Amino acid sequence: MVTEKDVSYVADLAYLELTEDERARMLKDLNSILGYIDRLNELDTSAVEPMAQVASLYGAGEDAGGAMRPDELSPCLPHALAVRNAPATDGVFFKVPKVIER
Amino acid sequence: MNLDPLTVDSARTSVLEKQTTATSLVEGFYRKIEAEDGAIGAYLTLCREHAYQQAAYIDALADKGDALPPLAGVPIAIKDVFTTKGVRTTAGSKILANFLAPYDATAVQRLEAAGAVILGKTNCDEFAMGSSNENSGFHPVHNPHDHSRVPGGSSGGSAAAVAAGTAVASIGSDTGGSIRQPAAFCGVVGLKPTYGRVSRYGLIAFASSLDHVGPFGKTVKDVTLLLQCMAGRDPQDSTSADVPVPNYLDHIGVPVTGLRIGVPKEYFGEGLDADVRAAVDSAIQELAKAGCEIVPISLPHTAYAIPTYYVVATAEASSNLARYDGVRYGVRAKDGKTLSEMYRRTRDAGLGAEVKRRIMLGTYVLSAGYYDAYYLKAQRVRSLLARDFDNAFAAVDAIVTPTTPTAAFKLGEKVDDPLAMYLADIYTVTANLAGVPGISVPCGRSKEGLPIGVQILGKHFDEPTVLRVAHVVEHAMAAQVNPLAALPKVGT
Repeated sequence: MVTEKDVSYVADLAYLELTEDERARMLKDLNSILGYIDRLNELDTSAVEPMAQVASLYGAGEDAGGAMRPDELSPCLPHALAVRNAPATDGVFFKVPKVIER
Repeated sequence: MNLDPLTVDSARTSVLEKQTTATSLVEGFYRKIEAEDGAIGAYLTLCREHAYQQAAYIDALADKGDALPPLAGVPIAIKDVFTTKGVRTTAGSKILANFLAPYDATAVQRLEAAGAVILGKTNCDEFAMGSSNENSGFHPVHNPHDHSRVPGGSSGGSAAAVAAGTAVASIGSDTGGSIRQPAAFCGVVGLKPTYGRVSRYGLIAFASSLDHVGPFGKTVKDVTLLLQCMAGRDPQDSTSADVPVPNYLDHIGVPVTGLRIGVPKEYFGEGLDADVRAAVDSAIQELAKAGCEIVPISLPHTAYAIPTYYVVATAEASSNLARYDGVRYGVRAKDGKTLSEMYRRTRDAGLGAEVKRRIMLGTYVLSAGYYDAYYLKAQRVRSLLARDFDNAFAAVDAIVTPTTPTAAFKLGEKVDDPLAMYLADIYTVTANLAGVPGISVPCGRSKEGLPIGVQILGKHFDEPTVLRVAHVVEHAMAAQVNPLAALPKVGT
């Protein structure tokens, strides 16, 4: 059972603030969805391996080494293009408000 | 020129044979979009300059008498979750309302290299999260067959554009049914290829192990032609498969005599609408008449697919969407005094309710104390679901099911009940968890006249068989789908 405290904790982890209304709604929705998800416990999976992805089945993806390429320099996004969409930039760096530990 | 009957093939041929030019096709489609898309809402952004440039290039080739590439002059639409260089790319989210992508997605780049003309970017559920397109951060999409109904989602705009004839074909993404379900609701063909068949580079990530790229078209042949141009290894996507790409067109039109078609009993149980059942049953009967052997099968873990999906997909989403923090791109909330306050306010203001819900759920199932109980548990059940398919495909060549439990529902009908909305994908999510290819083909109409789709699933990388079976269904059911229009048949 998800509690109001859980909602606050998870919102914090996810960098979401959420209004009072959103929190109340979230509490209701998470409990309803997780209640449905609980049916997974009907299955005994103690002898079943977890499956993270399908790519490894045919030799692609990290598990199968498919992610490895020769360690050579290749073209990447030019600096000017990389900062073009930034909400705040001095043309060299991304600008952000000052960092204060929460 | 009447644009409505145009297919990929006939559009290209009309340019090739100088019945028209790529430029006048583009003009015609923009006129049609201006006149008709207001009532549908399929497009978010039109890229006229870009489209006319490409059309002029194709026309110059045609004038010189050069060989034309396979999609020359074909006007298509791109779901707005694919990056398009210099063209606004929003993923249906306010948080990216002003984002100009710095590069093209591989699928987009390959389609353009094949001569396709991109008309614009289509509306979708925010970050592809939804089954009705009502989660778009901009505006909903109306089903062209009945404007009071949803087009399905999340690729609702791409499906609706093809159904409304405001694009000849389109592409979408499918994480739990987001190509096949809207294809069924809008009465068009939608293909989700095998995981790794089409590069995901430049596809804005929702759930990376479940995200697939695929085409929409009016016909099986059209989606085949688009797949042919997009498929194949891409070094920019480490999960794209180094598996040879066959000539898919060689396989459609080949008789299906002797093919074993599995019909899983779990897909025909409680909750399946009677009209959908009848239409899918008659498609199965047509396959039997065409010489297929119909084999009753079981996919015993089917009932666990939706709960598994909503753990895996939201977990991956919570991680993928952490990047929307107002630093490198997107819309930043102005009043954040510290960095973390800026992050939180930016995400609060820029993300919609369903996206927040999924981020919260995903963060919860990955958090300390719940990881094993939810995330690892779901990954173990994912193995069982994949094994169900392995076992089934040992005995059959393809599997036929309904694409959706009902035809298109009303706008607003499910918005207040996330769980009811999630169940709209009950027949489609399993193929994403297992990575097998699937297609939805129109197979009839409900009593209200709404389109119904039948889903054909195949073995990994066996798109040839999926397309071959789909083509037979398409032609056998053409009269039920649209009594007035006969489709051109391929191969025979």
